[in-house]
Amino acid sequence: MNRNGPFALAFHTLFVVFILAPILIVCVVAFTPEGFLSLPTKGLSLRWFRAIADYPEFITAFRDSLWLAALSSTLSIGLAVPAALAIARYSFPGRDAMAALFMSPLMVPHVVLGIAFLRFFSEIGLSGRFAGLVLAHVIVIMPFALRLVLAATFGIDQRVEQAAVSLGAGPATVFRRVTLFLILPGVVSGWMLSFISSFDEVTMTVFIASPETTTLPVRMLIHMQDNIDPLIASVSAVLIVLTSVFLIVLDRLYGLDRLFLGQVKH
Amino acid sequence: MKNWPVVPTPYLLTAPALPVFVCFLLIPLAATVLLSFYSWDQYKGIVETITAKNWIEIASDGYFAEILWRTLRIAGAVTLLCLLFGVPEAYILSKMRPLWRGIFLLVVLGPLLISVVARTLGWALLLGSTGILNQAMVRWGLINTPLPFMFTELGVIVALTHVLMPYMILSVWASLQRLDPQVENAALSLGAAPATVLARVVLPQIVPGILSGAVVVFAMAASAFATPAIIGGRRLKVASTLAYDEFLNTLNWPLGATVAVILLVTLLVIILTANRVIERRYVEILK
Repeated sequence: MNRNGPFALAFHTLFVVFILAPILIVCVVAFTPEGFLSLPTKGLSLRWFRAIADYPEFITAFRDSLWLAALSSTLSIGLAVPAALAIARYSFPGRDAMAALFMSPLMVPHVVLGIAFLRFFSEIGLSGRFAGLVLAHVIVIMPFALRLVLAATFGIDQRVEQAAVSLGAGPATVFRRVTLFLILPGVVSGWMLSFISSFDEVTMTVFIASPETTTLPVRMLIHMQDNIDPLIASVSAVLIVLTSVFLIVLDRLYGLDRLFLGQVKH
Repeated sequence: MKNWPVVPTPYLLTAPALPVFVCFLLIPLAATVLLSFYSWDQYKGIVETITAKNWIEIASDGYFAEILWRTLRIAGAVTLLCLLFGVPEAYILSKMRPLWRGIFLLVVLGPLLISVVARTLGWALLLGSTGILNQAMVRWGLINTPLPFMFTELGVIVALTHVLMPYMILSVWASLQRLDPQVENAALSLGAAPATVLARVVLPQIVPGILSGAVVVFAMAASAFATPAIIGGRRLKVASTLAYDEFLNTLNWPLGATVAVILLVTLLVIILTANRVIERRYVEILK
């Protein structure tokens, strides 16, 4: 197998710089001691990180984002596990249509979903409510949950379940003690990918959030549309560091490429 | 567990998810299509009578045509840039030793999980009029005045290329994973130059991955919101920021819904046609 030549490595280096530069610059600028956006050439300062404490709306939004992500990813996994078992195990009229329906939020632009939910929620009295955000998030993250649970369900050896049945286990016991255990990697990775997708979602949420109930990315976006200042850099830097820790853990556990491609390691 | 053809079990298993998706996805989307045929009055608000007024307005007013055309132009440019840089990078990654490959795969795909708002902020900091790169170039005498970046199409294109690049890499990477390295080695052992192997052996096999990556990037670029909202602002509107303004500033919901339906239908047609073409032409490779 031929290795990369010097030209390829030079290209690769530039590529990595392109990918990392905007992310690193946020983290560097966040340490500026000045009152305006600048590189911290005269020493590092934590003043803009301390300043976050003076803006409780960011902290509230962060807390709401975590709750929203935890709740909606748990609910969507709860819907995805039985749905995946039905799709993977049975052939029945409507199977393909249902699978397509559950995966369809991937194909609908989030701006369209945001508009559809805004109109619908204002008709049924859910607009600006946390429950509305949860419902909308369950819909958009369902494909991620379903894809990974499906991959896990397709991958298991059904003879293990048959063995359990032949040893006298009832359907509920087989599901709880055998099936669920076998698809656990898919369930956990599906939950984590759904969690982060919900946490990062901004395009749809910006339509249905209200000033009282909003998420961190929406709060940041609205702040940025008015002014880009060192405060938003420090908030972003905190977010980047937290996400990086999360994604390194995910990569160690499952491999990011497999996770995004919907493959589960057994 | 036996595979009975029609028993209630699969319907019981999908019973929790199905009503949720019908009530909270299909009905809201259908209502949005209906909304695009309602009219709007500054004093009366939404008037629930069927009319093609919004559609005629968008078709006849050059303002909307310009925004829609700009949206497609930006998406096209982003797709082209992602192809140009993403395909070679994915190939280079596949040629690395496992340790480095693992590290750089994390570096290249990881940004997908970092908030798009934070990533776009990075570009505003680098290339804004008081941005670090712009100031440095002025200080070093490379340019006289800062390059215009904020509120320009170029700015949106560069930032969106960065935001969507991982999807292209991922798609090409997936098809590279399916290649049998022995085929490449066979070509080399038969005396083919590395460039020939690349063009005649590797490339034809990864075309489906490249095409599906391009479709994903195009669709996401055409419907992107956060990046054009921050870099383009109110001065440089694209379809999604236009729909946002109609909904939350002008409050002309029927017109905003029409923009949304146009975006949805355009993208669905592009995605479904492209997928069909890819599947039909490359059915053997995908197996």
